[in-house]
Amino acid sequence: MLRFLVIRLVWMIPSLFAVSFLAFVLIQLPPGDYVTTYIATLAASNEVVDQNTAADLRNRFGLDQPLLIQYAKWISGILIAGDFGLSFEWQQPVSELIWERMALTLVLTVSTLIATWAIALPIGVYSAVKKYSVGDYIFTFFSFLGLAIPSFLLALVLMYVAAVQLGQEVGGLFSQDYVNAPWSFGKVLDLISHLWIPVIILAVSGTASLIRVMRANMLDELNKPYVTTARAKGLSEFRLLVKYPLRVALNPFISTIAWLLPNLVSGSIIVAIVLSLPTAGPMLLQSLMSQDMYLAGAFVLLICALTLVGALVSDILLALADPRIRLE
Amino acid sequence: MTDLVAGSIDAKRVAVASQWQLMWWAFRRHHLAMLGLVVVVILYVIAAVPGFFAINDPSRQNARAAFHPPQQVHWIDTAEDGSWRFSPYLHPYRLVRNPQTLAAEYQEDRTRKVGLTLFGRGYTYSVLGLFETDIHLFASSDPRQPLYLLGADRLGRCVWSRIMQGAQISLSVGLVGVILSLSIGVVLGGVSGYYGGKADFVIQRVIEFILSLPTIPIWLALAAALPQDWPAVTQYFMITLILSLTGWAQLARVVRGRFLSLRTEEFVTAARLDGASEARIIFRHMLPSFMSHIIASITLAIPAMILAETSLSFLGLGLQPPTISWGVLLREAQNIRSIATAPWLFAPGVAVVVAVMALNFLGDGLRDAADPYNK
Amino acid sequence: MTDTVLEVRNLATQFATRTGLVRAVDGVSFSVQRGKTLCVVGESGSGKSVTARSILQIVDAPGRIVAGEMILHRPDGSTVDLAQLHPRSREIRAVRGREIAMIFQEPMSSLSPVHTVGEQIIEVLRLHLGMDKLAARKRTIELLNHVEIPRAETAIDRYTFEFSGGMRQRVMIAMALACNPSLLIADEPTTALDVTTQAEVLDLIKRLQAEHGMGVMFITHDMGVVAEIADDVLVMYHGKVAEQGPVDAIFHAPQDDYTRMLISSVVKLEQKADIRLARPPAPGAAQPLLEVRNLTMRFGPLTAVDDVSLIVRPGETLGIVGESGSGKTTMGRCLLRVYQPDAGAMAYRRADGSVVDLAEASGDSLKRLRREIRMIFQDPVGSLNPRMTVAQVIGEPLLVNGIAKGRDLDDRVAGLMRQVGLNPDWRERYPHAFSGGQRQRIGIARAISLNPRLIVADEATSALDVSLRAQMLDLMMQLQDELGLSYVFISHDIGVIRYMCDRVAVMYRGRVVETGSTDQVCDAPSHDYTKALLSAIPRPDPRHRRIHTRFRYAG
Repeated sequence: MLRFLVIRLVWMIPSLFAVSFLAFVLIQLPPGDYVTTYIATLAASNEVVDQNTAADLRNRFGLDQPLLIQYAKWISGILIAGDFGLSFEWQQPVSELIWERMALTLVLTVSTLIATWAIALPIGVYSAVKKYSVGDYIFTFFSFLGLAIPSFLLALVLMYVAAVQLGQEVGGLFSQDYVNAPWSFGKVLDLISHLWIPVIILAVSGTASLIRVMRANMLDELNKPYVTTARAKGLSEFRLLVKYPLRVALNPFISTIAWLLPNLVSGSIIVAIVLSLPTAGPMLLQSLMSQDMYLAGAFVLLICALTLVGALVSDILLALADPRIRLE
Repeated sequence: MTDLVAGSIDAKRVAVASQWQLMWWAFRRHHLAMLGLVVVVILYVIAAVPGFFAINDPSRQNARAAFHPPQQVHWIDTAEDGSWRFSPYLHPYRLVRNPQTLAAEYQEDRTRKVGLTLFGRGYTYSVLGLFETDIHLFASSDPRQPLYLLGADRLGRCVWSRIMQGAQISLSVGLVGVILSLSIGVVLGGVSGYYGGKADFVIQRVIEFILSLPTIPIWLALAAALPQDWPAVTQYFMITLILSLTGWAQLARVVRGRFLSLRTEEFVTAARLDGASEARIIFRHMLPSFMSHIIASITLAIPAMILAETSLSFLGLGLQPPTISWGVLLREAQNIRSIATAPWLFAPGVAVVVAVMALNFLGDGLRDAADPYNK
Repeated sequence: MTDTVLEVRNLATQFATRTGLVRAVDGVSFSVQRGKTLCVVGESGSGKSVTARSILQIVDAPGRIVAGEMILHRPDGSTVDLAQLHPRSREIRAVRGREIAMIFQEPMSSLSPVHTVGEQIIEVLRLHLGMDKLAARKRTIELLNHVEIPRAETAIDRYTFEFSGGMRQRVMIAMALACNPSLLIADEPTTALDVTTQAEVLDLIKRLQAEHGMGVMFITHDMGVVAEIADDVLVMYHGKVAEQGPVDAIFHAPQDDYTRMLISSVVKLEQKADIRLARPPAPGAAQPLLEVRNLTMRFGPLTAVDDVSLIVRPGETLGIVGESGSGKTTMGRCLLRVYQPDAGAMAYRRADGSVVDLAEASGDSLKRLRREIRMIFQDPVGSLNPRMTVAQVIGEPLLVNGIAKGRDLDDRVAGLMRQVGLNPDWRERYPHAFSGGQRQRIGIARAISLNPRLIVADEATSALDVSLRAQMLDLMMQLQDELGLSYVFISHDIGVIRYMCDRVAVMYRGRVVETGSTDQVCDAPSHDYTKALLSAIPRPDPRHRRIHTRFRYAG
């Protein structure tokens, strides 16, 4: 187990570097560099920057150096000082802008993950055990529907229903009183009371696919000889179901984190934009639109790192749950 | 085994049934998948000749029809003497001023009828760039009275016609994107599965890496780097390319898995001992065994592409107007005030849901039928 | 207290499928006595396994018991009709694992992969005997000791995949015996095991039966096992009882035609084939066709073939016998260069007298050699491409070697099909339309299509029912005479080897431990492993039981 853990952790290093390099390349992709954009921004507010200042700036940021050296500077800034560079749109260090939004993104994604599991697990098991029953067909139909509805559309429809039918505004994660208030117990409660709408919207498509996964896993396991053995021992149907096939079917279910999490994060970005949630999504979109690339790069890096960590957690959980992997 | 697949089909026909025949027998028992197949065929026919199914020129703006509500089709025309005949018609709308609010409002004019002509004439469009025609499935009997089956948007453009036109881009993005992904996926997955060893190890790690990344932020960042002023066709291909850059990993995994399991099949060893060349082993002996699985995987990958294009365009980083795709159309539904006044702007969303569901049903049925020998 | 444990009368179990009703068990009656063993024997699809599962009402859906009685006699004199109990009722659950226990064919998949063996046994004790955790654990260790699992104190906390096949089956037995059942149902419990392991498991069951006095219902397709352990025998055919009676009567005075056929096809494999007896004695010192010297093949740290040397003479059949993991299949595949050996030479003498080293051949010369040396595979399903018609399968070697095409190819394929006893009208059919035996004939036709000189047959008959084996071997020997073939015949089944082979090499853990003429090796083995192997094989004669007195090899 220790060996497995160490190998898995060591594997994280190249992955994280690959992600950071990817994020850096994305920063560099738009035409022009940071300084030209910066000058353009200043020019918009009628400030003129002369060539010397521009050269100074380039020198300071090392923009006249090769890509790899620039990357080395950028990544070492992040690793050593937590310095993600400057956002010229906000005129602030990126690191001051992102953390609260990333934390809320994490809260949103993890809550959705838990909600998805909590809904999909019993339904998937039910569908497998009562294969081809009316209930199974209904759940199957709804899971296909859930897979087909883009999350932003669901968010829009919900907004429409709330606004037109119920006369309420949906959106945000906090009430007016708490938006700018410092963190307190009341604010947390307020967050929870707002969180469930985006969580439900996001959970729909994930739940739909997880129901399919769980149903298929269960169906596979239900036909295995060890289930017959358990039955021949005299166990009741419910007890043997929970103890054997369900327990074994859970293992592939655990590894769904690895692909569910990236999907949830992706979905949360769009839904957050539609519902204007104070998470990473809207700010990422805005930074990309205005080519505020250090800010965008920081978000891309952190979001990807989040899902990589998610994959790591899922592998570790799987190893804990499955002796075949743990003792290999 | 095979008698289960064939059901009631006569044993003699089963004996000489090829894999496609067996698959078809298995597939057609799957009612939802058959329904999916029918819908998918209809959708792709629409995508091929959207002009035929459109009523009004999808790009034509009409200031007098802004937020025009959908019109209801009446199928039976009853005359005053009580006799009736089949003749679809609609009541035209006219703008009236609300006496209280003084705002302009649409009102159905029940005194007038506009006929809905089947195969009537309308605006001129090109069929697959081959020839031009002005025949449409439905047309207004009165050229001065445009029909809005699904209403009109902010600029008075016909939503129905725009959905038909949008099918072309949205559905083909799925197809082109999947073909691009498949090309990358088959090459890398094939190399990985057929040769194994170090190549397999490296490609496997890359696939795992890509699959563990969230796609939307990466697509957004890549799409944001595209210049906005590129021509529509270039933009279209760049967007599909961006979608394929991450989409190939899933297909490569499928191909690799198939290759790995086939490589150890005894009949492949037998073919090698028969003296078949490597190319013949791959194309004559292995490929037929996983064609069906690949087709099923493709069918299941198209919806993801469609959803991705829709999301990107919706966020304003995908295709740009005046290009018409379902995602671009849904941008009109972005703000709460528009949808409050004109909920029919959700209609393109319904088209997306129908297309994705149909493809998923079809793919699911294909996947279940893909291996008629292992039941 | 009567001696009968279970009385089954007119049991009928049916499966409603799309194509109609399958009468898997159709009016079967029998009884099992305390302390006695009833063997239920039959070929695949005879309904023997469904019969066993019907007793505990654990037939898989859509199977259903539609008629019959299954009277369980309890030690206190009361009786219960199991057929009347609902499959989910508390009553039948109290019988399962408590009064009637069952063990299965595949111990690996029949035990949960994610629970320790201890957990799975303790569960039975707690369920039926209401033991507390500590007592149950203590008892489980006793049980594991009882079935001779070494270091039971630590084995209890291990998982199934950490055990070998034989040990897993012992765990299954310990679990089945946990509550001292009055009837043990064993469904092909030794089929997945090697003969030496099989002998140990049979021994164990016999010993435990003697100690506990339980009735045993033993399902098997192996007549040797039947002869070895049965008191009574029930022969099943197509869901019905073909014959039942004491074991001696079944073997020595069978009444039913099917039973007679079954016994005779088994007994036939106990001696040399008639075709071989009719052959003129082989001319002595012919130049060897193939001479394998010091062949070694490694898979990572495992040496699958270890310094093997062999000779195949023209026109002879060399048998390679060994248990699973002995390297016999790998060795056979090295001959055709499916695997590339790591060391050694394989000198092959061509028809013109020139000698080629198979290990060095490559490109065109390898392709040419593969025309002369062909292979018959074990799995008649997996070795035929399901997506090609029979004509395409058989014609493929002729086509890719540019020997025939078009009309000529059709004629040749038809000729080959006739030669192996298949109707040429069937050539447009796909493999799924053929039975196992017919598929194997297709494989043979493919092998002889290029007029080979040597054929490597890897377990060519082990996937077939016993009644088909002799037929297939006779066909191969007939072709040998017609075409002047030599065979390298790989098998784990000493009966098949004795029937078919002129000489035999015994492999054990990658090495050849003994080579000699078949008669000499089978009748007077010199190596201890061969002795152990031979004495572990149950003979189909209840008058000559020998598993208890078998020779054990400690190597």
